[in-house]
Amino acid sequence: MDKEHLNMRSLDVGKLAALNNYISDLSDPEGSLINILHRAQDLFGYIPINLQLHIARKLKIGAAKVNGVVSFYSYFTQEKTGRHVVSVCMGTACYVKGAEKVLHAMLDELGATKGKATDDGQFTIRDVRCVGACGLAPVVTVGEKVYDNVTVDDVKRILDEYRGEKRGH
Amino acid sequence: MTERMTILVCGGTGCIALESNEIIAALKEKLADVGLTEEIRIIRTGCFGFCGQGPIIKLQPDNITYVQVGVEDVNEIVDEHIVKGRIVERLLYVNPRTEELVKTSEEMDFYKKEYRIALRNLGLINPEDILEYIAMKGYEALAVCLNERTPEDVVQLIKDSKLRGRGGGGFSTGLKWELTAREESDEKYIICNADEGDPGAFMDRSILEGDPHSVLEAMAIGGYATGANIGIVYIRAEYPLAYKRLQIALSQAREYGFLGKNIFDSGFDFDVEIRLGAGAFVCGEETALINSVMGRRGEPTKKPPYPSVSGFRGKPTSVNNVETLANIVPILLNGPEWFSSIGTDTSKGTKVFALAGKINNVGLVEVPMGTTLREIIFDIGGGIIGGKEFKAVQTGGPSGGVITKEDLDTPIDYESLKAIGSMMGSGGMIVLDEDDDMVELAKFYLDFTQDESCGKCTPCRVGTKRLHEILDRLTRMEGSPEDLDLLEDLSYNIKYSALCGLGQTAPNPVLSTMKYFRSEYDAYAYRTKRIAFKIIEDKCIGCTKCARVCPVACIEGSPKRPHVIDEADCIACGACYDACPVDAIERP
Repeated sequence: MDKEHLNMRSLDVGKLAALNNYISDLSDPEGSLINILHRAQDLFGYIPINLQLHIARKLKIGAAKVNGVVSFYSYFTQEKTGRHVVSVCMGTACYVKGAEKVLHAMLDELGATKGKATDDGQFTIRDVRCVGACGLAPVVTVGEKVYDNVTVDDVKRILDEYRGEKRGH
Repeated sequence: MTERMTILVCGGTGCIALESNEIIAALKEKLADVGLTEEIRIIRTGCFGFCGQGPIIKLQPDNITYVQVGVEDVNEIVDEHIVKGRIVERLLYVNPRTEELVKTSEEMDFYKKEYRIALRNLGLINPEDILEYIAMKGYEALAVCLNERTPEDVVQLIKDSKLRGRGGGGFSTGLKWELTAREESDEKYIICNADEGDPGAFMDRSILEGDPHSVLEAMAIGGYATGANIGIVYIRAEYPLAYKRLQIALSQAREYGFLGKNIFDSGFDFDVEIRLGAGAFVCGEETALINSVMGRRGEPTKKPPYPSVSGFRGKPTSVNNVETLANIVPILLNGPEWFSSIGTDTSKGTKVFALAGKINNVGLVEVPMGTTLREIIFDIGGGIIGGKEFKAVQTGGPSGGVITKEDLDTPIDYESLKAIGSMMGSGGMIVLDEDDDMVELAKFYLDFTQDESCGKCTPCRVGTKRLHEILDRLTRMEGSPEDLDLLEDLSYNIKYSALCGLGQTAPNPVLSTMKYFRSEYDAYAYRTKRIAFKIIEDKCIGCTKCARVCPVACIEGSPKRPHVIDEADCIACGACYDACPVDAIERP
């Protein structure tokens, strides 16, 4: 781990303040660690090591414990995500209808690695657990937007919708 | 002034994804334009169930259901149906068998066998308005329990109903409550397990989105029966809409005094808090869930002690599934005899199934226990997409197995499904057709479980990984016949030695597919399976590049015309795939 990981000053002050406020309103902060991490990820987009350390100090618990929880749950990410997070549902209903092909087509189209932001920082393609919208399988979500009955042929069109955008989300 | 007509618009996750919120906005705008805002009421309801036909809207009192409605249809619905009273026929459901137009949901095959208990209010009331729940006798059962019954009475009523846990295990709910009630403790808890981790099941999400008060009321009743004053809903973070509706319901229930201190002047205090999950399948296991609720890694612990003795914060805790809780209020309102008159000898009441996969009518359906798979898949589900051959239905998710044609007439209950090598699970049914490869399916599930294994015990952590490796080897045609013995041995080993339910059931998809589709495993193990690349006719431009690179000359076709791969000779080397400039070649 390099020093940059532990540079607490690289964390956005405003966001940190919002997180601190959230924590101080909790009656059982340590027992609410998962809720706190959700809030942190909402604010920062991901939960880097220094942020985990900040939370650990705030709750007066070991950083290893925080990291143990962050790394245990698939919903939390320690990696910076791209501007657009494309989630391909990998529930069984989507799988039997070809979600795996859609995922590979997405990765091929962008030359990306699953779960890692593309070099230009525009996209992160990831597979997610069943989103419970099996009637629409295969399902792809980009941010809040849901795409239903996605086939390999739709991949380029979907990505193109976001490629031109210059502003952040 | 009273409204003359009500428009019910589905506000479930599926329909919202298909823009049902935009439909509501457009309806409001259009009704304002024609000056009918006062006369027509719009209600955003919970899930109607028939997700494959979404967005669905229903007009009352005319009792007309429109399917696959788009924003662009709104003007016509208002101008024709609402203003002139003429049904918009092109938006009616077409019965695929008879090709007749179907006006009401009651006449659709999908709903004909339905018996709604847990889903009773879905598609009927606005889940964000507590008054609508109260109008459906909401919180009446709680009032009766608190003022007229002792906690022991309530436990006895639930025991008499013979309700069993709908999350998969099928343990008696009344008994579970009794075990917690029996413990002496200064504090007890009741937890609602809304961490619906089984991929392909979405009944819990739909109930929380469509009727959150029924779950909250049942938790308060369960709290009273077991002696708990705090309830916790543990819900998946992947379900933002259910979370939001639950929060709204919670604050409304508090406002009306149905939760909080001294409920109905009975002296009973009860409140509910929500904790978010974060994506861990193992948290469906109750000890793991309790750890996660406490903000820790969701690892299971050894039982005993059971949660009914030592659960959340070391205190007696009962953990109940969403669908189970949704059954509590109707049981108390209608009596346990009513409930136990429905279903089979061992399994009473109804079960909600989520139909998905290669089936025509995708959606949620609630039927009496004892309904056969054939009725569910063919009568309700409308059979297989594209008229293909039914191969199997997968139930019980990553812990379950496949059920084949031979067992389609089995009446469904907890015991019968176990007897044919699968399990009820939470009620997800993934229908598979002739094209589905069962070894690939087993690999898919093992990929899931080895990823979801919490790592605490070796049989599960290492065992599922090895199972996945063997399956992967087989599907890459690099395995051997010995691998099949190894698969079976290892599966039984894991089954009998893993710590918790996740590990013990993880090999089920392998064992079950091996039992019914051994020949598919043999074809991989003996490397006799034919795998071939295929050219998609519509995409092929006839450039001849593939034919030129094929090392075994099995691609034929004349220039500028679609080419064809002789599947018998193809060695699946992939050279054509790489050479094709227009992505017209499909990998096997």
